[in-house]
Parts: sequence; C-alpha cells; structure tokens
Amino acid sequence: MEYFIQQLINGISVGSIYALIALGYTMVYGIIKLINFAHGDVFMVGSFIGLFSARYLASAGLPPVLVLIISLIFSMTVSALLGITIERLAYKPLRKSTRIAALITAIGVSFLLEYTGVLVLGPQAQGFPDIMAKKQYQLFGTSIQVESNQVMILVTTIILMIILQYIVRYTKTGKAMRAVSFDMEAARLMGINVDRTISATFAIGSALAAAAGVIFGMTYNSVDPLMGVMPGLKAFVAAVLGGIGSIPGALVGGLLLGTVETEISSLGYSSWRDGVAFAVLILILIFKPSGLFGKNVREKV
Amino acid sequence: MNKKFWLGIITALVLYGVVQVLLTTGVLDDVQRSMLLLICVNVMLAVSLNLINGITGQFSIGHAGFMSVGAYTSAILTLDHNAPFILAIIAGGVVAAICGVLIGMPTLRLNGDYLAIATLGFGEIIRIIMLNTEYVGGASGLSGIPAKSTWTIMFFFMLITIVLINNFIRSTHGRACLAIRENEIAAEAMGINTTLYKVIAFTLGALFAGMAGGLSAHTFYVITPGSFNFLKSFEILVMVVLGGLGSTAGSIVGAVFVTLLYTYLRDFPEWRMIIYSIVLILMMIFRPGGLLGSTKFSLKKFGKKEAKANGGIGDSSAS
Repeated sequence: MEYFIQQLINGISVGSIYALIALGYTMVYGIIKLINFAHGDVFMVGSFIGLFSARYLASAGLPPVLVLIISLIFSMTVSALLGITIERLAYKPLRKSTRIAALITAIGVSFLLEYTGVLVLGPQAQGFPDIMAKKQYQLFGTSIQVESNQVMILVTTIILMIILQYIVRYTKTGKAMRAVSFDMEAARLMGINVDRTISATFAIGSALAAAAGVIFGMTYNSVDPLMGVMPGLKAFVAAVLGGIGSIPGALVGGLLLGTVETEISSLGYSSWRDGVAFAVLILILIFKPSGLFGKNVREKV
Repeated sequence: MNKKFWLGIITALVLYGVVQVLLTTGVLDDVQRSMLLLICVNVMLAVSLNLINGITGQFSIGHAGFMSVGAYTSAILTLDHNAPFILAIIAGGVVAAICGVLIGMPTLRLNGDYLAIATLGFGEIIRIIMLNTEYVGGASGLSGIPAKSTWTIMFFFMLITIVLINNFIRSTHGRACLAIRENEIAAEAMGINTTLYKVIAFTLGALFAGMAGGLSAHTFYVITPGSFNFLKSFEILVMVVLGGLGSTAGSIVGAVFVTLLYTYLRDFPEWRMIIYSIVLILMMIFRPGGLLGSTKFSLKKFGKKEAKANGGIGDSSAS
C-alpha cells in the first residue's frame, strides 16, 4: 500500500508537467482546431531559456527562490513571444486552408525548432543547475517520501492553474477566447479582434509549456533539443484523454496519464511506458473520442 | 491500357536498361548504386503513402510502422527460415497489409487530425514492440541480413508498385477514394461504402510499404527499431507533400528529390531536417498543391475553372 501511494505521488509530479503542456494543446485546439505539434518544442525552448537564465542568475549570487521565480517568469515571457511569432508566421497564413495543410505545417515547425536547437546547442544533453537543494520529507511517520521538488511542482502547477482559470473566466481576453472558440465568425461580428485573441491563446499556452519546461529541467536535471518530442506527444494524449478543449480535462488527463505511467514503470515495464500511453490514446479515440470531460459535438454537414 | 500507359512503360524500361549498362560498366560507383536502390525504396513508400494521404484524403503519419513490419518479417524469413528472397519480400508486404487492416478497421472512423495522431501512435507502438521483443533483436535489431536486393529486382518492384497503384487510382475504386477525399459525407450519400474504401486504401498502402521495407532491409543489411521512427514517417510525408498530395508523378519526383538531398546532406543531418521542415512550411503556405499537384492541368486560359474542378487537397472543403 505504501509503495502504491509512493508511486502515486511520483505519478502526480510527472502528471503535473503533462498537465501544464496539455493546457496549451487544449486551448489552441479549442480555438483554431489545430494540433499544434510544435508545442512540445516550445516546452523545450522554455526549458533551455530557464537553464540559461538560472545559470546566469545563480552565478550572479541571487538567493535560490529569486533565481527560480525570475527564471520562470523570464522563460515564460520569451516563450510566449515565441508562440506568438510561430502563430503569426506559420499558422496565420493558413487560417483559410485545410486542416491537413495546417497540421503538416505544425509538424514542419516542430522539426524546425528541434533541429535548429540541435544545430545551435548541440545534440548532447546539458545539466540543469540545482536551483534549490533537494530535501526529502517523511510523510506521517510512514516510509512514504516526498521530495521538495515534487511539492514545488505541485504548488507551481496549482498557482498557474488558478491564474489561468482567472484569466479565462473573468478577464476580457478570456471571455473573447471563449467566444472565439465557440463560434469564430459570430465573435468577429460582435467586434472581437479574433487575430489578437488567437495570439493571446498561443501566448498563454506557450508560457505554460515554458513553465513546464523549467520544472522538467529542475526535476530531471538534464535538457536536450529533442526532449520535447515525447512529453509533447504524451501531453497531447493527456489532452485527448481529458477531452480536448476542456481546461479541467487537461489537468485530470495529465495527472491520470502521469500516474498510469509511473505505476507501469514501477511494475518493471518501463520500456513499455510510451507504448501504453499511445495505447491509451487509441482506446480513448475509439471508445470515447470526446474524452472524459469533453462535450459530444455533432458533425456539421 | 492506352498509348500513354505503354509510352510510360517503355520509358521506364529504357531507363532501367541505361542504368543497368552504366552499373555493369562501372560508370556508377557503389555510393551511386546504393542511392539508386534507396530511390526505388523511397518511390515505393511515397507512392503508397500518396494513395492513403493524397488520394483518399486520410491523414496517416505512421507509414514507417508498416515499413518496419515488412522489413522485420522478410528479414526473419530469409535469416532464420532460408525462405526464397522474392517470397520473403512478398510475405513482408502481406503481413504489413494485415496490420493495415487491423489498424485501419477501428481507427478509420476517426478523421483528420485524430486519425493522424492515432496512426502516429500505432507507428510508435509497433516500434516499441520491436524494441522489446528479444526474438527480433530488441534495441540492436537484426543484422547480417543477406544483401539480395539488386537494381533489377528493386526497379521492377518499384515499377509494379507504380503501375498497380496508378491503375487502382484510375479504376472505379480509385474514383470512390477520390470522392471520399473531396467530401466524405457526400460520398456516403452517393452510396459509396466509405469505410470499406478507406480500409482498402490503407491496406494497399501498407502492402507496398511493407514490401519497400523488406527490400530496404535486404539492401542495407541491418535493421533497428530506431530506423523506423517518426522521423522516417515524416520523411515519407515530405516526399509526398513536396511532389503534390494526390499526384503519383509528384510522389515520384518528391521521392527522388528527397533521396538526393538525403544523400548529399548525409554529413549534415541537422541541416537536412531544417531544410525538410522549411520546405514543408513554405510549401503549405505558398503552394499547398505541391510541385506537381492539382494545378498540373491549369493552363492560363481555363486555369481557374480547372483548378477548382480538380480540387486537390489544397481546396477541398475545410470543415
């Protein structure tokens, strides 16, 4: 039992990372119906920016908490700009063309980011600086251990989720986002600046991916230019699992996928882990394509 | 079987003869010879993927998965069971086709990007199964596969692939597939069994991809699960998109072009990927029909009308 709970805790911390990336997928898909394949690579870029700023700030002698917060915000800002740039340059010209064309472009952007990364940074993995010293906590006198990193991940995820929920529910941009995702044409007629709203969606999604990237770097201490591929795909699985277009769905899907994966690894089948994630995806697509929290949308003729 | 068809066959045979002479006289060296074999494999892959993506309008990005099934099956047959080479290749194709049916049946209910991601998932699952199966060598794969692919065999397999797929496209069944691409709901309303045709296209595509996989395994001696990953699927997709989704001639041109690029940029793999992706992005933005896409017949005079009527993936309905 204790072992199971231990794995559950580990699973939740992996799942939070998936959830943060999945939010970006789900928001972009909800608004322009595009699987943004490049999202996993924005996560990678965010991680590297976090790495460089953390190195710089740590060498400047700032206290660890400040290093973390500043690197996180800096990485999120730069990635948000990157997200907007990608949208403007690659996806906007395709707004009127087929979804397949947009999807191919997204795959292209993804590879462009990955291999530009390989070219600039080199293919080998780089160590992420230990921003905060890792501490282990015993839980209630049992053998269950919680790492300080895991607590930090969960706290960061929850804070970002609350901010996101606030933006989407109560701000003007959030309302515009919901309107555009409901009906783009009608939203335009009501005077909503659709292009700006889509840019805002990309900015928020990319910022969340960057946050996930920094957290990922702190957890696994290693980042490389191709690191975005698998987490990106799995976050997409998480988004589909929860119901694409649904923000709570992305959170639940991410946590669920993280937990399932960790349990499978702990049973000794870690090399099958990625396969199981995709099997989950295919089963969900076949039996409940709208996901756990999604609405059933009837196809328009 | 009209005049144009026979003209094509004769051109192909002349091409074959010329290359054969150049090979036997030693004008073309080993590097160029293996490039020619690679071109044949890639043409088979591109033409078969074009049947699924370009003609039937189903977006599959797991083609490398089928290729790996064919490669492994035929390699095991020749390595462990001393099967005749040609038979092993065909068996590889058949097993891949069976996988195509199995994967196609449940997933083809999905459309557009969901199908894309499901096929990607299947490609990865196949790779992970190969990676974890000791019988097929696990992560190190199979090596010492007899190098039995010759220019003659490769060329005729390629020719057969092109002829069969092209004839399929022009048949009633091919028209049905085109109708599905243009508008699935309308096609269904016209009495076309859309699921059946999608599965047929998927299976045929898998069959030829499997044979291409078998041939490439017998050209390069070694196969590993890693050589059939998403990158490989992506590369095949680039060939098809570059030439023009829906055009067999385009797929051939795309495959030849990408293979040349691949061979000459071998020492700069990251540049290769960057060029691929930039080509894809620019292509989708400025010329979604590809180099030889649907605009093939659009002479200035009746350009607009033709382009619309011929459709092409570029202007099919974006619902």
